[in-house]
Amino acid sequence: MTQANASAMTGAKMIVKALKDQGVEVVFGYPGGAVLPIYDELFLQNDIRHILVRHEQGAVHMAEGYARSTGKPGVVLVTSGPGATNAVTGLTDALLDSIPLVVLSGQVPTFMIGTDGFQEADTVGITRPCTKMNWLVKDTAKLAETIHTAFHVATSGRPGPVLVDIPKDVQFAQAEYVAREKIKTSHYQPRVKGDIEAITKLVELLEKAERPVFYTGGGVINSGTAASQLLRELVDATGFPITSTLMGLGAYPASGRNWLGMLGMHGLYEANLAMHGCDLMINIGARFDDRITGRVADFSPHSVKAHIDIDPSSINKVIRVDLPIVGDVGHVLEDMLRIWKSRGRKVNKEGLAKWWAQITEWKAVDCLDYKNSEKTIKPQYALQRLEALTKGMDRYITTEVGQHQMWAAQFLGFDAPNRWMTSGGLGTMGYGLPASIGVQVAHPEALVINVAGEASWLMNMQEMGTAMQFRAPVKQFILNNERLGMVRQWQELLHGERYSHSWSESLPDFVKLAEAFGCKGIKCSDPKDLDDAIMEMIRYDGPVIFDCLVEKHENCFPMIPSGKPHNEMLLGEAETQGVIKAGGAVLV
Amino acid sequence: MSALNITKGSSSHSAYDLRDPYAEVIESHTLAVLVDNESGVLARVIGLFSGRGYNIDSLTVAEVDHTGHRSRITIVTRGTPQVIEQIKAQLGRLVPVHAVNDLTVEGPAVQRELALLKVAGKGDARIEALRLAEIFRANVVDSTLESFVFEMTGTPEKIDAFAELMRPLGLREVARTGVAALSRGA
Repeated sequence: MTQANASAMTGAKMIVKALKDQGVEVVFGYPGGAVLPIYDELFLQNDIRHILVRHEQGAVHMAEGYARSTGKPGVVLVTSGPGATNAVTGLTDALLDSIPLVVLSGQVPTFMIGTDGFQEADTVGITRPCTKMNWLVKDTAKLAETIHTAFHVATSGRPGPVLVDIPKDVQFAQAEYVAREKIKTSHYQPRVKGDIEAITKLVELLEKAERPVFYTGGGVINSGTAASQLLRELVDATGFPITSTLMGLGAYPASGRNWLGMLGMHGLYEANLAMHGCDLMINIGARFDDRITGRVADFSPHSVKAHIDIDPSSINKVIRVDLPIVGDVGHVLEDMLRIWKSRGRKVNKEGLAKWWAQITEWKAVDCLDYKNSEKTIKPQYALQRLEALTKGMDRYITTEVGQHQMWAAQFLGFDAPNRWMTSGGLGTMGYGLPASIGVQVAHPEALVINVAGEASWLMNMQEMGTAMQFRAPVKQFILNNERLGMVRQWQELLHGERYSHSWSESLPDFVKLAEAFGCKGIKCSDPKDLDDAIMEMIRYDGPVIFDCLVEKHENCFPMIPSGKPHNEMLLGEAETQGVIKAGGAVLV
Repeated sequence: MSALNITKGSSSHSAYDLRDPYAEVIESHTLAVLVDNESGVLARVIGLFSGRGYNIDSLTVAEVDHTGHRSRITIVTRGTPQVIEQIKAQLGRLVPVHAVNDLTVEGPAVQRELALLKVAGKGDARIEALRLAEIFRANVVDSTLESFVFEMTGTPEKIDAFAELMRPLGLREVARTGVAALSRGA
């Protein structure tokens, strides 16, 4: 313990000061024994707002929504033991989707560590594989520096969640505060500039390509709004088609001329066939996830592949690429544009014209077409109406995980980055509701809608209490089919229509549930009433739970069945019989 | 895993078989990893190997710079070239890792391991053990009328060979340090 002197302060005070030093405005958290000194310091100040959640998992998803919609790191404060273990799902989610988070957890005092104390857990041990980095701080003198380093690590290179575990005695002890500028420079400085020679090589490929396609991902969004601007300039100037992963939606506008729509397992026909048939694939900040590639051996067999990624371990992890460029997307795009312009803005016009003609043919298939109904609300129709009625508004969308998530990605259009928050890599049911609150906290005046399925939504529905307490007017747009829709779809296609436990009985009355929370409930089951009901939801000044009763057995198409390549897509019900072989059934 | 009948080569963390298309020769590589000697750093490295299904044949670790608090971890691992590259990239992005060197591909390197072997026996076997130890330049560091403890350094292959010869002569126990390695030249 350091001797008290004039400028010394307690660890708890130091934590709050360090957060302010880092420009933190909001903390999502839940108090408990091991963090009470920090909560005491929060009580004594007004600069940092604390959002009291109902479950620590909710806190982490809120911080994710906050981070993804602002580009700033999200901050979470939880207590020891169960507080920290409840945060694990959120940490893993943020790790897989590269979301910058700083999670502070309390710990039993240092002299009790290892004694199985009350609410003791090996938090750094448990969270080591689900954080980018974590620290157990045993000395108050190192606390401020560790927190500053934590922010640096969370936001540098490929962003991710970090955790700082702080024993209670360290919070009480006094030491000298170290300011943000005063800490010694971290050796962790990932390279942001791409290799100019490789970028020039890529420009040469751009100039000659007959059938190019841009395949972009969450890395563009993580790189910042400037990267999205550069991407737009490059795509529009070259006239190349562009598709994106689930995580990258909005980087290039959905209303843009060259937009093919999302690719992957439930991606658009034209996007997947363009990936399969291209001769030059330019991967910008995406990671060849298995939802994207389908059968790896048959993935885009005739293309030269370039891959721009800030994380060297993404290169050649799944798909072998011909031209890797390690660097920040924004920096690489800037150099790429500059070099391409200086060489005379060349493209293969003849080849491109033919390529677009081919793509236009694929588009004519109209893969998102579905059979609408006058009697029941089709989930696709509900989203089309939501899109039409909210277009042009200052709108943010979050989702849960499942069919509704894929339909939302297909039917909602995003014209700007940071407007679409969804759990991509981990596929965490229960993400959307808390994430929507985090987004709303960051953008109090915006329209924030969580497109949900009823099963996912129930997983973290306790957070409606948080929405009410902090006046976050989030709209919960629940596509209620009374089924675990995606599970049911797979059981239909793969498991002989044996619907094992994919049907939840005893669902709550969502309108009454809304009333119980003190917010507004709306129920709609007739397509004719849908527009009015959606408008009522939008206009209501406060949180709304919208129970949209939809067709119960609708399947999500297009679909690339497990273990199939991009050119073997299913477009509708008629094609689904016996398509998934035993080999494919093993895959998730 | 066995219930699902996933074929050999599948990775345990992903449903898709990432290895098979590139299933080439399995190579052995010796990696030198320079890390901050901080709490949990070894767990971080080992967790990376177990979590992603990589192999560790041998691992040694000790602080090599007491003022800068740096440790050198020497790992002998196996995998296809693609997996080896992935291991290096994954190690490289760990925050406490300063450098990853692949001593197998970055020019010639010296590899040494230390082993202690206890051999018990009487009569001809005992004499034969001592004679072989001389050939292998193993030192006797403990001796009773019925046993020797030999100390030897060398490549893992040399130690394997010596241990194999000792087996019929009364080999009781072996303790090995794992490989330490440095590149040759300046």
